[in-house]
Amino acid sequence: MSVRTAQFRSASAQAVADPKLQTALERVMGHFTEARAHAIEEFPGDSWEQLRERASAIKAHTLEHLDYYLELVDKSVTRNGGHVHFAADAEEAARIVLDIAKQAEAKQVIKSKSMVSEEMELNRRFEEAGVEPVETDLGEYIIQLAGETPFHIIAPAMHKSRQEVSALFQQWLKSAPTNEIKQLCAIARDALREKFRTADMGVSGANFVVAETGTVVLVTNEGNGRMTTSLPRVHVAISGIEKVIPAIEDVSLFLRLLPRSATGQRITSYNSFVSGPRAQSDEDGPEEFHLVLVDNGRLNLLRDPEFREALKCIRCGACLNTCPVYRKIGGHAYGWVYSGPIGAVITPMLTGVKGAKDLPYASTLCGACRDVCPVKIDLPRLLLRLRQREAEGDPARERSSTWLERMLMGRWSNAVKTREAMERSARLGRFLQRPMERSGRIRRLPVPVLSGWSRGRDFPPLARKSFAQVWRERLAQEPSE
Amino acid sequence: MRAALCATCLVDQFFPEVGEAVVAVLRRAGVEVSFPEEQTCCGQVAFNGGYEREAREAALRFLDVFDGSEHVVVPSGSCASMMKVFYLELFEDDPALLERARSLSERTHEFTEFMVNVVGDTAAAKGFEGKVTYHDACHSLRELRISAEPRALLEQAGAEVVEMQDSDRCCGFGGLFSVKYPHISTAILEEKLANIEATGADAVATTDCGCLMHIRGAMSRKGMQQRALHVAEALAAANAGEGA
Repeated sequence: MSVRTAQFRSASAQAVADPKLQTALERVMGHFTEARAHAIEEFPGDSWEQLRERASAIKAHTLEHLDYYLELVDKSVTRNGGHVHFAADAEEAARIVLDIAKQAEAKQVIKSKSMVSEEMELNRRFEEAGVEPVETDLGEYIIQLAGETPFHIIAPAMHKSRQEVSALFQQWLKSAPTNEIKQLCAIARDALREKFRTADMGVSGANFVVAETGTVVLVTNEGNGRMTTSLPRVHVAISGIEKVIPAIEDVSLFLRLLPRSATGQRITSYNSFVSGPRAQSDEDGPEEFHLVLVDNGRLNLLRDPEFREALKCIRCGACLNTCPVYRKIGGHAYGWVYSGPIGAVITPMLTGVKGAKDLPYASTLCGACRDVCPVKIDLPRLLLRLRQREAEGDPARERSSTWLERMLMGRWSNAVKTREAMERSARLGRFLQRPMERSGRIRRLPVPVLSGWSRGRDFPPLARKSFAQVWRERLAQEPSE
Repeated sequence: MRAALCATCLVDQFFPEVGEAVVAVLRRAGVEVSFPEEQTCCGQVAFNGGYEREAREAALRFLDVFDGSEHVVVPSGSCASMMKVFYLELFEDDPALLERARSLSERTHEFTEFMVNVVGDTAAAKGFEGKVTYHDACHSLRELRISAEPRALLEQAGAEVVEMQDSDRCCGFGGLFSVKYPHISTAILEEKLANIEATGADAVATTDCGCLMHIRGAMSRKGMQQRALHVAEALAAANAGEGA
């Protein structure tokens, strides 16, 4: 997916001003957060907290020993008759998948949801190679027809109204107009059923990759994942290297955390475990199985002890759903595959800080994301660390802070050095603010950096007397009652 | 009992009346209040902007200023979090300073939490008349886990406390965020204002002067009838027999 992170400011402004988008965000985000809260109420005492602790610890352990577990994945998948490919970046990953398609003489490919394939712009690559890719997750199918990218990690087409979906289906599938969701689903099912039957190759993502058994675990609600991985001759699973967990026993823990955190479901409709190609005794399943493990910047995160924990992410989307910023601007404004708080952290690390320098500041640091994260990633802290690197200047990277901001910060730093310096600055401020002040408020603040405040908010003028002055004059002597 | 007031820079320079209210409430509860005058700013504004060096300088000064204080009372959840939580991070690589930061962290209290858990005597006058809704300031709630305390204090002061929808959702301030992305910040704020308005309360009360400045600023701009108060102001008004 092309990187458009540099347009964060204008894209987010557009989103905020789009009433249709606002309605969709309010509805879907409201539903997700409520459903999640209900699902977690069922856990007595601190038992939910304990699950999070355990999941976080398992992820930390796996990341700590990722080299070992990746080797184990390689051995297990190979033992099961599958093939493992390691891809250093999105480009190599795409090449590997295209090669597999070429070898298999695949002309039609069906896909179940994979965010890593978005990193690779896999659909575009398939088309350029003369292969027809069809997304089979309903949301992904809709945005594929619309020529868009996912708006949300787990609800890619949540911003599309049923009218828009109907229009897309009329345009691309020549279907009759309808606003009935049931009918829209039936139209998509009809169109996709044919693709499932005729596809040569299925491409899936992976929610978890179990190292010990070489199993790819897929969590879906539509059953498309199971069909994608079992009907075509060839199955290619694509996964970020961080999706590995040690043992099959660990899966149940994550399956309890993931759907509840994501949609508030106790369990998703389909939980598929794919361990390689069809065995002789199997009645169905693919003849060939490939697992493509993608780095694409993740090793940089892994090697950085301050940011490694971001790789614990299981892509549930809970941090997006609860984030006051995401809830106003949605996913596209973030400019790349991942959005919300986790996107603001990993996008700069995966695509380069230079273009994504606005993202670490796209947060109020309210901490809501940290509280809902099923693997306890301290997202506000990671955003702060990114800001620190930006402000202080990392020799390897371009600064995001402007000289003006740094100058103001220097001024501030001097002004708060002593009480006297602070009073002196305040005195000057009180003098300068006089022309701006009208009946106890400042409507326009023509001061660099601070001027944005004037939008929709009055600024309080500096008080006639600071609290310190009031204390000296009136309060210090007042005896306790 | 003795407590040093850490007024915070916002109270010191913009909202001295909040500081006065805090002093009045503390004194009424029998607390001997001092105000170490060398205090300026805790450094949060620099810390949240990523300016760690500048934040550290400010934090170092605060370690000195409040060195001997038995309790340090802060009428702002985010500044209290800075001193209780984030100073420990700033000095994690320096054992001697970390020890001092730990000591300050233990002695520092957000105002409402201090009133309920340390003073224990919350028998403020029940003179407050009016309906109040409480906005959970993010740092009070998620760094310090304070949510029952301010509500209890308001109720004890005689206020009718009504819950707004999503009282725990951010008001969109976020310090630097509010001026860096004013369009997002105000969009978040709009929702907060609508939720406040929907309660029919006379006033919204909170425990953080950042939120207060943000919410007040928009109410003033829109000419809204409701008032935005610091919890301490509501308690002081109760003592004086006033309402919202």
